[in-house]
Amino acid sequence: MAEETKAPTAHAGSSGGESRPERSGGDRPERSGPRGPRPGGGPGGPREGGRKYFRRKKVCKFCVEKIEAVNYKDVRLLAQFVAESGKITPRRLTGVCMPHQRRLSRAIKQARNIALLPFAGRAQ
Amino acid sequence: MNRNYELMFIVRPDMVEEDLNKLISTLESSVTSAGGTTKTEVWGKRRLAYRVGRFNDGIFVLMMIDGIGAVVHELERRLRVTEPVIKFLTVRTDEELKRIDKIKKIRDSKKKASAAPAATAAPVTATPEASTEAPASAPV
Repeated sequence: MAEETKAPTAHAGSSGGESRPERSGGDRPERSGPRGPRPGGGPGGPREGGRKYFRRKKVCKFCVEKIEAVNYKDVRLLAQFVAESGKITPRRLTGVCMPHQRRLSRAIKQARNIALLPFAGRAQ
Repeated sequence: MNRNYELMFIVRPDMVEEDLNKLISTLESSVTSAGGTTKTEVWGKRRLAYRVGRFNDGIFVLMMIDGIGAVVHELERRLRVTEPVIKFLTVRTDEELKRIDKIKKIRDSKKKASAAPAATAAPVTATPEASTEAPASAPV
């Protein structure tokens, strides 16, 4: 999956130069079919003199590493998704997909109940 | 209708191993007498994430139970009246296990199936002329 996320950006970088003539040609929808109009639309498009700014696409850790069982006993895994205050980190920050976030939050809550994770603050 | 449960409980850290073993064996026997099976793991002493009563750490014990719901009910009642047990949690796992099994099966069958088409799909996505066909091949 890691290669997959890299691949579109590399593809976009190479096709960024050609995208302008195509846009005037008017067959843009056909081009944007495969993988996101992201580079064209974003501010990070490789136009000369512009800001060089790429936002890395966040991907779900559980999907990438194929972790199916999100278990309350795996404290190390769960701790990655808990803020220092003890809160569950929102999905928009971690990039976890919705099905996995549901399981994750359930597991974190179970772990809290059995004193494997803190309700608030850091673990002692 | 048997189900799988995981019952984790914490006993106070100053409990003697002998007493702990006795407690575990009584719990196990109450399960087996009700027609279930168990497997017990003692995790040993661990730090608690927060203070429970006046304890900062405890001995964690995990029991995997295969039985009916009444077994769990009885175990929980016992744990509640057992003084040295400071916390317990029961989680039903059979549906989760079933789901994981299913996913594994799908993944295995896909692995076999994708071995051949993957070779043909790769050049299609590589050529820019055929980019309209890419979405069809992408989810494979």
